[in-house]
Amino acid sequence: MATPVAAINPGVRAGRVIPGFGLTLGFTMLYLSLIVLIPLSATFIRSFGLGWGHFWAVVSTPRVLASLRLSFGAAAIAATINAAFGLLVAWVLVRYTFPFRRLVDAMVDLPFALPTAVAGIALTALYAPNGWLGQLLRPWGIQVAFTPLGVVVALTFIGLPFVVRTLQPVLEDLDKEVEQAAATLGATARQTFLWVIMPALWPALLTGFALAFARAVGEYGSVIFIAGNMPMKSEIAPLLIVTELEQYDYAGATAIAVVMLVLSFLLMLGINALQAWTLSRHGGR
Amino acid sequence: MIGSAADTTDTTAELRARRGRRPAGSAALARLLLIVLALGFLTLFVALPLIVVFVQSLAKGFGAYLAAISNPMAWSAIKLTLLVALIAVPLNVVFGLTAAWAIAKFEFRGKSTLITLIDLPFAVSPVIAGLVFILLFGAHGWFGPFLQAHNLRIVFALPGIVLATVFVTFPFVARELIPVMQAQGKDDEETALSLGATGWQTFLRVTLPNIRWGLLYGILLCNARAMGEFGAVSVVSGHIRGLTNTMPLHVEILYNEYNYTAAFAVASLLALLALATLAGKSILEWRQPELRRTALPRRDRGRRAKT
Repeated sequence: MATPVAAINPGVRAGRVIPGFGLTLGFTMLYLSLIVLIPLSATFIRSFGLGWGHFWAVVSTPRVLASLRLSFGAAAIAATINAAFGLLVAWVLVRYTFPFRRLVDAMVDLPFALPTAVAGIALTALYAPNGWLGQLLRPWGIQVAFTPLGVVVALTFIGLPFVVRTLQPVLEDLDKEVEQAAATLGATARQTFLWVIMPALWPALLTGFALAFARAVGEYGSVIFIAGNMPMKSEIAPLLIVTELEQYDYAGATAIAVVMLVLSFLLMLGINALQAWTLSRHGGR
Repeated sequence: MIGSAADTTDTTAELRARRGRRPAGSAALARLLLIVLALGFLTLFVALPLIVVFVQSLAKGFGAYLAAISNPMAWSAIKLTLLVALIAVPLNVVFGLTAAWAIAKFEFRGKSTLITLIDLPFAVSPVIAGLVFILLFGAHGWFGPFLQAHNLRIVFALPGIVLATVFVTFPFVARELIPVMQAQGKDDEETALSLGATGWQTFLRVTLPNIRWGLLYGILLCNARAMGEFGAVSVVSGHIRGLTNTMPLHVEILYNEYNYTAAFAVASLLALLALATLAGKSILEWRQPELRRTALPRRDRGRRAKT
């Protein structure tokens, strides 16, 4: 069907009736390279300049290792909390009706829309020892603000929408007839949930977990206010990068950045694979 | 297109009504418990942080609130934030439109790699987004000596703040537009072209009206992030008061000076921006229910929309 057009208008390459391919793809590649690819590769090239020995010396100091452990550890805990409660919230929003459901649904996206610095000072105000929630927790000897627990709270806030928003469409598409069939065949509600519903949700749940985790690992604004930022204890890796930069230690900052970038890119590839899996499970309809 | 959330629940309610009554006792209890748990979690992590911002900002009365946001330093921060968004968002809109046009209207090798690369800034910590521009344009950066020789400033000045913001908000418009344009296919454009429209006319009169809601959606999200970005901007700004302080950075400075009321007052303006963004987003989703589906896993929705 493309040949006649090409015959009428020889300037159009076969199969390409719509103009602008070269222009738009060219601009896309140029802009992508200038803003993202070249700056990012500059960081890698600069870290190669350090030499392996120097690079390793910077990255393996106890303070850097402690900050990486905190960033990745707290992000993993927060993403786990989000997976559990995100499943609950998505389920409740999709399956049940209750007053203000629409409003509640819209508010789930607040962590996307609220600037991280605002989230940071708000959470600190809540969980400080004299704050609304800090006061309640103090009698139990639980201190959230200015401890690693505060980091987890901030990262849970930041990652909250990811699991909910990945699960919602899958839950909406679930075929209710299958559940009814399970019930007809004598399955209890719990059995139906575990053996009929959950298997369909796993890929999306994992994807949501991974997205929340990836976002939390690099998070800075909401964490630095509530964390207390004590080296070795509650200092996250992005903050350590900022600290090294402020001391003009470019090599140190770059080395930590490269470690984080490599780990984040691996995570991103994992997420892509997960989404392909989700798709193969659910996209077929 | 697949039904929205409301449809699904409506049919459940209908089914239940037709079947006779509400679910049995224990099921109703479990259901209530789940709703209470979910709402409790959301109150703790969404409602309370939002409420505390407004309560704290008004802690010393409305006069103190007005004084805090009409302070000259606050004003210059507001103006800078608006200016940065006014430059960064249009840049990413142009990019989003061209990228979506190339990806949705043509087949070429490496397309899925390109889509992944567009998402790359989401995988990068905001702090690292700032760092890369320091390494390029800072005093000890690759172009540092050149910039100094020609008396140009990028880092610790407006261009650096814009660059960092563009980097961080890079994928927003493109990732909304690509699936919308893919879903629309290219029949409309081909018809317009065969009737003698030029490429540019086709884009303005056919494509743009078709994608307007998706475009608005992307702009809305891009703008919210551009105005609220903290980490990346913090690294490249240099924190020069009245000159390179955006609103989020101004909030940090006031907070670190223990000027909590003023910090929360400026923060409340950003919180209002967030609420306006959510409201706009809900309105757009109500007009165009399939936008809801574009919320996250983008690979998924691109192909889903086609089927």
